[in-house]
Parts: sequence; structure tokens; C-alpha cells
Amino acid sequence: MSDDGLFGVHGAALAVRSQRMGMLASNIANASTPGYKAKDIDFRAALAGIEAQGGAGDAGIDAATLYRVPLQPSQDGNTVELATEQTAFAENAVAYQTTLAFLNGRISTITRALRGE
Amino acid sequence: MGDQPLSIFQVSGRAMSAQLVRMNTTASNLANAGTVASSAQAAYRTIKPVFRTAFDEASGMATVDVEQVVTAGAEPTKRYDPGNPLADAEGNVWESAVDETRELVDMLAASRTYQNNVEVMQTAKSLIVDTLKLGR
Repeated sequence: MSDDGLFGVHGAALAVRSQRMGMLASNIANASTPGYKAKDIDFRAALAGIEAQGGAGDAGIDAATLYRVPLQPSQDGNTVELATEQTAFAENAVAYQTTLAFLNGRISTITRALRGE
Repeated sequence: MGDQPLSIFQVSGRAMSAQLVRMNTTASNLANAGTVASSAQAAYRTIKPVFRTAFDEASGMATVDVEQVVTAGAEPTKRYDPGNPLADAEGNVWESAVDETRELVDMLAASRTYQNNVEVMQTAKSLIVDTLKLGR
């Protein structure tokens, strides 16, 4: 997957980043729901899973989805810690934009080559 | 919404509505703190929303809904006050037992969570717009 195709690994990376953004948004949305267990995607494992399957997305991401271990469990069974979630969300958003920048660079390279500039 | 897969905007949007319900119940509770009534049944009781996770199998995301709004907290307190126009035949009134400190803390928590969801929505929106501009 990483060696062939126009966009290399970045297409799969964007898919995982987008899924992870949804998952972290779900955690933040359920910050005050009793009994909710926060989940997160292990980015490296998800990407490796997708590559091992040759590009088909969901199963690799599902396998890399894990429950978060809280630093300090709260009494109502909720394992969302806002500081952790916000940090992860910000990091994920920046990484998403980085992947977009890589994709944009690739697209402009190809366009320039096609135009023969 | 029904059987459509959840979008990230629905995840944050429904969480915001849920927090707004929580904020409204807190406002009602604070507004009715210390009100009196002529019977235990008529006295105001603290109301609280019950949150429930709404998990969406198709997208793997989860949002939150208000399942119901229940009365909770301490029973109204009986006070002997024969001069009160609301007093019953024995001169008693019932005062609502709203824990104001708890309500204020709840209000702060609700507004923080609401802001967090707004932030998530803003970030998600700008990332989606950036993705739409891909290759331009």
C-alpha cells in the first residue's frame, strides 16, 4: 500500500485520523455520562493493520480501538478525563492537517508534472 | 437522524443540547430555591436530567441524549410559620430543599462541557473545510 498508488500511506493515515477525531469527539461529548468508557485508536497499530490488509479500512481500525485506562477512575464509572481527551484531540487535529499538507504537496507535484511546467 | 450514521456534528450537537437541558434544570432549581408551599406534595423538588450514551454501530461514534428528567435530592423541609399566608391549618409551610452550592457547581460543569463541545465542533469544521480545499 505504501509503495504503490498516488498518495502512498497518506490516504490511509487521513482515514485513521478522521476516525480518531470522531472517537475523541464522542469521548468529549460523553464527558458527564455516568458509566461511559472512553475509547481511543492506536494510530500506529491502525495504520499497520490497514497496510497488512492491503488498504481495506474498517477492520484494521476496529482492531486498534482500545479502552482508555483512566489515571484516576471517577465514582460514577465514567473514564473520560477532559485534559487527556483535549490533548489527544489537539494532537490529532494537528496531525490531520499535516497529512492534508502532504497530500496537497503530492497533488501539486503531480499537477505540475502533468502540465509540463 | 434515525438509521443514518452519526456525523461528528451530530455527536457534538446532541451533547450540546444535553448540556443545555442540564443548564435549564439548574436554572429552574436555583430559581425555586427557598420557595414555600402549603403541602409537601406541592413543594418544589430538585430536578435532574439523566444522561444516556447513544452509541452508533455504523460510524463507531457515540453521542449523548437526555433519557428523562427526574426529581432528586432531599425532601422539602417542614417549617412552623403561622404568619405565612401559605401556611396550612396547623401553621406549617414546606420549603423546597434545593442545595444551591451543588446547583452552582453543576452549572459550571455544564457550561464547561458545553464549551468543550463547541470547541470540538469548530475544530472539526475547519478540518473538514480544509479537506474540501484539497488540491486547490
